[in-house]
Amino acid sequence: MHADPIGVLTGPHFIDGDHACSEGAISAGCRFVAGYPITPSTEIVERIADRFPLVGGIFIQMEDELASSIAIQGAAWGGKKAMTVTSGPGFSLMMEHIGYAAMTETPCVFVDVQRAGPSTGLPTMPAQGDMMQARWGSHGDYGIIALSPNSPQECYDLTIKAFNLSEKYRVPVLLMMDECVGHMIERVVIPKAEDIEIFERRSFSGAREDFLLYQADADLVPPMAKAGEGYHIHVTGLTHDERGYPNMSLAAQGRLINRLTDKIRLNADAIADYREDGVEQADAVVVTYGITSRTVLPAVEQARKEGKKIGHLRMITTWPFPEKRIRELASKVKSFVVPEINLGQMVLEVERAAGRSKARVLSVPHAGGSVHDPKEIYAAIMESLKG
Amino acid sequence: MGEVQLFDDRAVPANPAEDLLRIDRIPHIWCPGCGIGTTVNCFVRALETSTLDLQKTAIVSGIGCTGRVAGYINLDSFHTTHGRAIPFATGLKLANPELKVIVYSGDGDLTAIGGNHFIHAARRNADMTVILVNNMIYGMTGGQAAPTTPLTATASTMPYGNYEEPFNLPFLADSCGAVYVARWTAFHVRHLTKAIKEAVQKKGFSFIEILAPCPTLYSRRNKLGDGMEQMQFYRDNSEIKHGADTKSVGLDFQGRIIVGKFVDRERKPFQEAMFDHLNKHFGNLYVPSEELRSYNAKNRN
Amino acid sequence: MPKTEIKIGGFGGQGVILSGYILGRAASIFDTKYATMIQAFGPEARGSSCSAQLIVSDEAITYPYITAPNLMIIMSQEAYTKYSPELAQGGTLITEEELVVTHNLRKDIIHYSIPATRFAEELGKRIVVNIIIIGFTAALSGVVNADAAREAVKASVPQGTEDLNLKAFQKGYDYGLSLRS
Repeated sequence: MHADPIGVLTGPHFIDGDHACSEGAISAGCRFVAGYPITPSTEIVERIADRFPLVGGIFIQMEDELASSIAIQGAAWGGKKAMTVTSGPGFSLMMEHIGYAAMTETPCVFVDVQRAGPSTGLPTMPAQGDMMQARWGSHGDYGIIALSPNSPQECYDLTIKAFNLSEKYRVPVLLMMDECVGHMIERVVIPKAEDIEIFERRSFSGAREDFLLYQADADLVPPMAKAGEGYHIHVTGLTHDERGYPNMSLAAQGRLINRLTDKIRLNADAIADYREDGVEQADAVVVTYGITSRTVLPAVEQARKEGKKIGHLRMITTWPFPEKRIRELASKVKSFVVPEINLGQMVLEVERAAGRSKARVLSVPHAGGSVHDPKEIYAAIMESLKG
Repeated sequence: MGEVQLFDDRAVPANPAEDLLRIDRIPHIWCPGCGIGTTVNCFVRALETSTLDLQKTAIVSGIGCTGRVAGYINLDSFHTTHGRAIPFATGLKLANPELKVIVYSGDGDLTAIGGNHFIHAARRNADMTVILVNNMIYGMTGGQAAPTTPLTATASTMPYGNYEEPFNLPFLADSCGAVYVARWTAFHVRHLTKAIKEAVQKKGFSFIEILAPCPTLYSRRNKLGDGMEQMQFYRDNSEIKHGADTKSVGLDFQGRIIVGKFVDRERKPFQEAMFDHLNKHFGNLYVPSEELRSYNAKNRN
Repeated sequence: MPKTEIKIGGFGGQGVILSGYILGRAASIFDTKYATMIQAFGPEARGSSCSAQLIVSDEAITYPYITAPNLMIIMSQEAYTKYSPELAQGGTLITEEELVVTHNLRKDIIHYSIPATRFAEELGKRIVVNIIIIGFTAALSGVVNADAAREAVKASVPQGTEDLNLKAFQKGYDYGLSLRS
């Protein structure tokens, strides 16, 4: 399927990552956004508020982030592609509803423009401190998908991808931006509508007697129905059976929770998206995501100029983590260097995947508030090659 | 269909409410003497006799004893998170304004953890009917104090009696702009049925508070007898006062209960205010959602 | 000019951010270069002093922040004091003649100044000071092509003010050319 041309501003634009995200949502077919103002994500909803009346969308500024993050799910069951947008403390408030979306398999997109925390922290400055929260922030076991853009162009592209993945797997998809990417202005090229691939949720169209709201297909994803179609669906955050009815049995819990995690875990290879540069012959591989994938480049270049064999693996999908690929590389390389604008989050995944291999894993931590100084990264790369 | 057919062979006549109940989920979880089932009965009868298209009617609950209502109603039904039925309903209604959306939940869910959403939905006149069953206590979690627990009543977290002023819910809804505000008790089944029917056929934020006994956790702890005795209390101590000033209808512990229809007024519901304003601002450039366009064509002159 | 790091400093209301935006848009949309602009946010963006940083390059820009600006446009005394020491050796400094007294001017840099405020008053609108300075910058720095800059000005200013702003651009551009010859 292709994008609805009504909202697609085909052509080059000089816009920031926040606005590019808004345009990505519109191109993806998102027609419901609920949000609550918070720096540095507010520009996304401002542009949505500005643009939606002209493209058939509905924007509502809710009374808080709890309301925003559940209003989008009401809208999703009303048939809309829906998104909410937040930062820092607002993301913390949304955790329960990430779990609700995972449990009820409600397709929706959460955008987190990360700022330095905890608490109010540095509202106008970047961080990547919400990566583990994105994965594990709601209680219980579930699977989600998270994407990390490194430019306004990718804020546009990955917002579309977020909606497509959300529709395909019926999971909340988290777009993990950061203040730097959100407020950075660059050229963003919006393709023609017919060149934008759009994935729509599979919907159930059979007879009411045959309908089971949570009977999954072979890919572990159930087709969806919406309110008002006559199926009399029941949706609950309680553990439920294939009908959607609460079922407090251990068997139902085991079946449901395993499927919710397996539909991401077993499709991880299809979902995982990363870019590699020079990793095959590398002694050290720098593993990055988001804005950090750009700030490491001067250091990588400098080390290469000095004859060092440095690879770069940049995760576009941060969750599911590209575990298989890291494990493969771990048997070949001397070291992994993992700079993040946090005190060491995704590095734990790299360590886990590197496991018992001999590869050293070096974290390059940063407490947040800016990007890394390339010199720190250069020093870490050199350090990782020792011994 | 297998499980439903089980009931086709019964010797007893079918419950007229059967079409609107998920019979395959019965027995329900409510205690003997609990008033919630009575309210559900009134609700189902009200829907049956209303003009609503039941294929386009959805029910949304939060968490708690009353939060389980959605799960027993054979409509599109959503059992959401604690306190968040109203914002979920807001999103559902805006996505498809042709749906009638009914929120059915308890006092703790809607006015403590969900209190912020309650006042804002009333303020913006989100188009939904909110049916609040007030049993003055947290039932599901074991009898803790709620924002509706009367002064001096005891609760597991107010073991020496409550010293927090409770909400006067009709006054709260009224002052925030609700277009319809009524209070009845589980005893007033005919009045209540009629009120629900009126409320669901009204545009905008309509609100009904229903006082209902919680014999297990409220009545027993407060030595008020069983469910039947509470019903008798409602009968003997209620006073019907339509149009009463909502300021005057606050509840005291085992005091007089003013019931009736307090507010019935017209205000443009949210989706119409949005449509009209944007339409006026943008003229031909305005592109409402397909559903909103269709809603406008069918429901407005 | 393979890569230019630009810093623009002034006070709120002078159009500092818009100036960076127009230069970046000219380079990356109306010309074939790459541009990355970072806005200074927070109290800095709301208070009196204001800055924008922009990289313009013939190649894709990786590291998005400027490290040593080689072109600096300064529109306030405070910005001069604060930012001019950061200018790279041999870099170009452009100042607004009446707003900035260039005391202790560094000897290792190229300096141009323009009475843009006076020119703007002559055009009848003080608000176009920044556009005059963009024209001046286009003439002297070579960081953006003049036609691309004109297109970017036209596309970025409020509707109905295009002619005025293009006139302002030309005023600054001509003045720049006159200094160059």
